[in-house]
Amino acid sequence: MEIYWYIIIAVVLGIFFVLDGYDFGVGIIHLFFAKKEKDKVVIAKSAGLFWDSNEVWLVAGGGMLFMAFPTLYASAFSGFYLPLIIVLWLIIFRAISLEFRNKFNYQMWKDMWDKAFGISSLLLALFFGIALGNVVRGVNLGSVTNGISAYEAHYFFLPLWDSSFSPLTEHPGVIDWFTIIIGFISVVTLAIHGANWIILKTNSSVNTKLKSVVFKLTIVLAILTVFSLAIWQVVNPNSLNNFLDKPYLIIFPIIYFTGIIGLFFVKKFKKDIYSMLFSTLVILGGITSSLASLFPVILPSTNKVNNSLTIYNTSTSQYGLSVALFWGIIGIILMIIYAIVQYRFMKGKIDEMDYGH
Amino acid sequence: MNDMLFFDRLQFAFTITFHYIFPQLTMGLSLLIVYFKWKYLRTKIEKYNSAAIFFMKIFAINFTMGVVTGIPMEFQFGTNWAKFSELTGGIIGQTLAMEGLFSFFLESSFLVLFIFGEKLMGQKLHFLTGFLVFLGSWASGFLILATNAWMQHPVGYEILENGKYVLENFSALFKNPWLVPAFLHNQMASLVTSSFVVASIGAFYILRKKHVESGKLFLKTGVVFGFISSLLVAFPTGDWNAKNVVKYQPASFASMEGIFQSEKGGAEIVLIGQPNMVEKKLDNKIAVPNVLSFLTYQNWNQEIAGLDQFKEEDLPNNIPMLYYSYHIMVGLGTIFIGLMALSLFFLYRKKLFNSKPLLWFIMFLVPFPYIANLLGWYVAELGRQPYLVYGLLRTSVGVSPTVSSGNTLFTLLGFMGLYFLLGLLFLILVGKTINQGPRPTKI
Ligand code: HDD
Ligand code: HEM
Ligand code: HEM
Repeated sequence: MEIYWYIIIAVVLGIFFVLDGYDFGVGIIHLFFAKKEKDKVVIAKSAGLFWDSNEVWLVAGGGMLFMAFPTLYASAFSGFYLPLIIVLWLIIFRAISLEFRNKFNYQMWKDMWDKAFGISSLLLALFFGIALGNVVRGVNLGSVTNGISAYEAHYFFLPLWDSSFSPLTEHPGVIDWFTIIIGFISVVTLAIHGANWIILKTNSSVNTKLKSVVFKLTIVLAILTVFSLAIWQVVNPNSLNNFLDKPYLIIFPIIYFTGIIGLFFVKKFKKDIYSMLFSTLVILGGITSSLASLFPVILPSTNKVNNSLTIYNTSTSQYGLSVALFWGIIGIILMIIYAIVQYRFMKGKIDEMDYGH
Repeated sequence: MNDMLFFDRLQFAFTITFHYIFPQLTMGLSLLIVYFKWKYLRTKIEKYNSAAIFFMKIFAINFTMGVVTGIPMEFQFGTNWAKFSELTGGIIGQTLAMEGLFSFFLESSFLVLFIFGEKLMGQKLHFLTGFLVFLGSWASGFLILATNAWMQHPVGYEILENGKYVLENFSALFKNPWLVPAFLHNQMASLVTSSFVVASIGAFYILRKKHVESGKLFLKTGVVFGFISSLLVAFPTGDWNAKNVVKYQPASFASMEGIFQSEKGGAEIVLIGQPNMVEKKLDNKIAVPNVLSFLTYQNWNQEIAGLDQFKEEDLPNNIPMLYYSYHIMVGLGTIFIGLMALSLFFLYRKKLFNSKPLLWFIMFLVPFPYIANLLGWYVAELGRQPYLVYGLLRTSVGVSPTVSSGNTLFTLLGFMGLYFLLGLLFLILVGKTINQGPRPTKI
């Protein structure tokens, strides 16, 4: 039962990162490449029409995590208190900048919200990567010093950073040189993804330029990936064990690398949707590979005293999980149907669409 | 009260108060928008359609604010109330997750279509998308209230050896006797807010002599819906809630009503008075004997438990606030009924559009349903104290064990700054939309 919920939540959050990922990416591209007012408008719109229905996947995923793995939710949300609240503030900024940008026709007003949109998207992409970095690195559960836990075994509290910025100390912070690299990977990946979305959904004048941007960023991504794999070995020497034990898990890294390879051909594709598909593979492959390397652990413990949090020691009762499976599946099917209906109505290039008013 | 708890509570109270300014309008307004759109389908008179579209613009701004302030609410269960989440997540997570899956999705997907899709889809489908937005927002209110109802009156649970509450019976969550009365009362109260908003914008247009045709429609619709919903808020739904409180949370009821001592031979209803917590009595009291007993039990002489009947540690910890919140809510509710009845009478006599004093009054009444709504929630939430889950889990146990009050104060101040900015933006944008007015009807 735990495994089903693990998969469901992973799928929902995966969809969230793919969907909201492109609108974070759109923000990053907007910050650096949108210069003409016309481009600024459509590029912002290519995120603005969708961010809200994309973000509900986060709300839904969060809710299901709460229901199925309450101990994990409690531990991780209170432990990562500060970064999470900061993420909330950024989400608020981003949303209002998208919604309110076009409400007044002053240049100053628009410039202000454009910057807010770009910068908050960039920081969010960075924070999501850092979050993933923290999960694979693990945390000091129970906040153990000299073999004694300061809190109950499944609670912890991380400061934003520790002055050494090293993942190898006893009490690492949220931001260290390992998690920051994962953060960069996330920014680059989402920038690629967002650029692909802009190419697909708009006729902006920077589209051709964006294709070469995607190409260049893909090179950066490949280099960063190899680099991060190397230091991952330093941070967590056991990171490959799962893949050695269960060789079929190798499918996830393969998905990731297929995505990267595909993206190198961005300039040759006949249809813009292909590059979008490949960046989707990168995102999904990246997340699933990280999860697979940890499974069944969800939050590793960096000390020897307290056990890692797994899907088994953080879940609610079997009865709760099984009734929820019933409405959960119906709910997800409905969500997918709504999403399809919405994307079908909004199909085609945004600048060619005729909105009522 | 220890510091740690204080800032967590203040932060929750502050952020939920701000959040609830928005959904109370969207829930009611979505119904009125559906009404306008339906009238348009029936009559093909353009002013109804332009009303629907105008209010959808106001709705959309509200909705954005509701969403961005709602996400912090969900997060805060984990960030600030970790122990509570750990212990009860398996239960309240059910309804909260259902809300995400079933209602938010419906609302946000179809809102975009409603706003941008009128030309793309034709009128019938456009009506349907509006209806789905309405359905989504009410479903969302229902599921949130189901969550809250469990905290007010826990049912269908089982306690494990490790102290966790887990679900024992799923359907009990929805058969909770607390749920339906609370939901109906709450929805009617949000309809009050939105009717008043619609009426007030109408009064503004008439007084300003701009968009007068639309203004008359808004005022009329607002007054009719406002009257019906104000009545329904008080009776039967408000009354029904009060009976639940006396039955399941007697200490809360005694605090709401300001009954310090149980009185043999029937309890009086207090109209005015200030709780004096030192001498344990009401100062400057004006009360009518025996009426409270009659209202709650239909028996003039029934005894009602006073605060002296409960142990100190089981009493709500902010009795004066609870008492005032309740009295102001009920007082405002009574005023609303009176005022809407008067307006309806003027409307019937065809004098409403010309009676300036009444129009000014209606225009400036807007903040009060908001106040009544928020105070109603304060009654519910302060009355639940000192428990997080009534009778089971004390608030002091639920707080996050690792988050220090310094960090909570930091985020509380951050939320205050950010929400101040949001509030300003919101007012500017709504003001601008109202100033522009509905798009002219094609005649
Ligand atoms: C426009 C807003 C409004 C108005 C005019 C009223 N209420 Fe109310 N009341 C609410 C808005 C509200 C609310 C915000 O919607 C609450 C909070 C929780 C809930 O379900 O509804 C509420 C809760 C609430 C409760 C439950 C308190 C608890 O849970 O402990 C009672 C007993 C009443 N109300 C009773 C009344 C009565 C007798 C009214 C007579 C006029 C009345 N309310 C007017
Ligand atoms: C919009 C309506 C609501 C308002 C205005 C409101 C108001 C408040 C207030 C004032 C407090 C602080 C209580 C105190 O310090 O004594 C509080 C606490 C809290 N409320 Fe609500 N509330 C609302 C709805 C809800 C709902 C729907 C839920 C559950 C889903 C909820 C869950 C909580 C929790 C967990 C706390 C913190 C613990 C506590 O202090 O009791 N609230 N709320
Ligand atoms: C602690 C309690 C609450 C939590 C955790 C919460 C959570 C949320 C979240 C996450 C959203 C954003 C959804 C999205 O992404 O579309 C939201 C919006 C909304 N909430 Fe709340 N909420 C709470 C209290 C309430 C209450 C008391 C009501 C009404 C009874 C309510 C009604 C709504 C509605 C209708 C929306 C949709 C947006 C809107 O119409 O403004 N919420 N809430």
